[in-house]
Amino acid sequence: MNAKHPINQRSDTELKPEDSARLDWKDAYQQQIGTRDRVISNRSNITVEPLYTPEEPDTQYMEKLSYPGQFPYTRGIYPTMHRGRTWTQRQLIGLGTPQDYNERVRSILDLGANAISLLPCNSGFRGLDCDEVPLPLLGTCGTVVNIVDHMDTALAGVPIDQISTAMNDPSPFTLLAFVLGVARRRGIPWEKVTGTSNQSDYISHFVANHMFYRLSLPGSRRVLVDHIAFCRDHVPNWNPMSIVGQHMQQAGATPAETIAFTFASGIQYAEDCMKRGMDPDSILPRFTFFFDISISFFEEIAKFRAARRIWARITRGRLGAKDPRSWRFKFHAQTSGVDLTAQQPLNNIARVTTQAIAGILGGLQSMHTDAYDEAITCPTDDSARIAVATQNILREEAHLCDVIDPLGGSYYIERLTDQMEEEILKVMDRIDEAGGMYAAVEAGLVQRMIGESALAWQERVESGEERIVGVNCYQRDDAEEPAIPTSRPDPQRMQAHVEHFRAFKELRSKRAVGSAIDELIRAANDENENLFARVIDAAEAGATHGEIIACLRKELGFGHPLIVT
Amino acid sequence: MTTTLTSDRPPLRALITKIGLDGHDRGSRIVAAYLRDAGMEVIYTPPWQEISSVVALAMQEDVDLIGVSSLATDHLIIPDLMTALIEQNLQHVAVFVGGIIPDQERPLLESAGVKAIFGPGSQKEDIVACAQRLAQESQDAKFGALSGVAV
Repeated sequence: MNAKHPINQRSDTELKPEDSARLDWKDAYQQQIGTRDRVISNRSNITVEPLYTPEEPDTQYMEKLSYPGQFPYTRGIYPTMHRGRTWTQRQLIGLGTPQDYNERVRSILDLGANAISLLPCNSGFRGLDCDEVPLPLLGTCGTVVNIVDHMDTALAGVPIDQISTAMNDPSPFTLLAFVLGVARRRGIPWEKVTGTSNQSDYISHFVANHMFYRLSLPGSRRVLVDHIAFCRDHVPNWNPMSIVGQHMQQAGATPAETIAFTFASGIQYAEDCMKRGMDPDSILPRFTFFFDISISFFEEIAKFRAARRIWARITRGRLGAKDPRSWRFKFHAQTSGVDLTAQQPLNNIARVTTQAIAGILGGLQSMHTDAYDEAITCPTDDSARIAVATQNILREEAHLCDVIDPLGGSYYIERLTDQMEEEILKVMDRIDEAGGMYAAVEAGLVQRMIGESALAWQERVESGEERIVGVNCYQRDDAEEPAIPTSRPDPQRMQAHVEHFRAFKELRSKRAVGSAIDELIRAANDENENLFARVIDAAEAGATHGEIIACLRKELGFGHPLIVT
Repeated sequence: MTTTLTSDRPPLRALITKIGLDGHDRGSRIVAAYLRDAGMEVIYTPPWQEISSVVALAMQEDVDLIGVSSLATDHLIIPDLMTALIEQNLQHVAVFVGGIIPDQERPLLESAGVKAIFGPGSQKEDIVACAQRLAQESQDAKFGALSGVAV
């Protein structure tokens, strides 16, 4: 809405494109917000409009910024943004046994979270079952979920047809297979299951997060395309593709490099699907992104604004998508753990708050705020509660949601958005010259760039050029610090979980599991079969996470980190 | 007049590794680069090493120092590594740990024989100086305390 003049009703007189766009936005805004709109005034009784624009938007404004919900979406992907619907509060949770997880998840939902996520135990990330690793390590960083039964316990009392569940679930997506198994048991149609396969971005695993890679690079490539195709046809409200800039940035990539690598990966995945005959508009609306929000406040806001503009142009131009849903850059963001310090840990609450504001002003769709002890341990109940409260305070008290893209038009923010865009495009050109993301990763180019940026950052911190409170300035004697309680899973409960799992394996139908694994092997060797469909069958027949992965590793090759020195 | 013969000895050698399940390797790679730049010979492994392979590698490469990075909870099995080193007669090899070790779990490592623990925010100079000292002590122990000095 124009700052001074209220928008007139649409008339039949001929309109300039910028005026017509404004009216289109206003219509879309009213349609989307419906009866939820209300007059908002601040403490000084000044009425706060949903949107502020230049008095006379010119062609440059229209090309670079336009209106919220309009191409190129710089100001936001929806016409109402947070004024219409605030972001999804999705806390990353994972600890202990499925029962431990279930208790935590229910308490988080009671506190105000409206979506859930599941982070599996590191043994799961490594492709192993709980009976294959040292007991002291089990469940210390995530939940031990190896079979459909475990998922059923983890999600007991959680309405999976109403609440979206994000799974940190790398290829071959066993956790989603378990969720679909649970849905079938509960009589919930798969069309109603909503959520996201976090960590489906295998390229980021090979480049920057050696935590999650499991299958060989070509094997992962195959499974991902099958997974996207399967979800498109059978789980249409599931987001099978989440492209993870977070790994890159956490490993040391600059914010601009992060967006560039992420988009280069997005292009790679879309093109891989298109080569298999998929229409871009049948897959791109279910592509989502996942980023870190660092404490470099304005840079992060400009990063997200520039990213929206670039992705819209890539999808419409280069990938040829025609559906506006394909052009929208939807992202979940997590406040960056890299900026948190083990020194003076309560200070992290202030850091997380600052990061979260940057994310909100940057126009995110979903957010995880870190607990203040995440630099030290898995969050305790208390620290997890404060992390959720931080989002509640920002949403309810700080009036951050009243105005769409409130920093739009700031000389600094707009210039910075342009500059971030230039940097991002420069890096993307380098990736294109190297033959695309897959080839650039195979050649080690991306890893080298990240390594250089990580070292450069470390040097800036060590030289004192970057000041970090409690680390290289304002240090205090550690002895003055209150000790952070470390929560570890109850060893007896975990032991019982492992024994129960062993008993399950003894009692299940070995014939059913055997034939499901045979089918899996057959599909792995037949490019015309959808491999993910066979993963689900195997899970439902009682095959374990570790067995499914071991089988596919054998058939499709083991993943090894692509270390570049 | 005394002449030190330490220059005749092989350069100090360090193995930088990660055991257990976690794969976050930014810290171990940076520390490996620090030690290499400081003139040590560095053997670097990717994450997820088995304890038995770390011990075998330490023996085969004749290292003076092992640096273990732990950013999740893999430090909980470092005592098993210490036991395995002793079993293979490698008790002279110093072990230091970098990463995130919660306060109440430090004694677990210290009592198992870990010589130093570097948490987040540690300075490069401190890490390098400590690594050189530990490696030197370890080498001295191996060659015998006096063998490095000729009269």
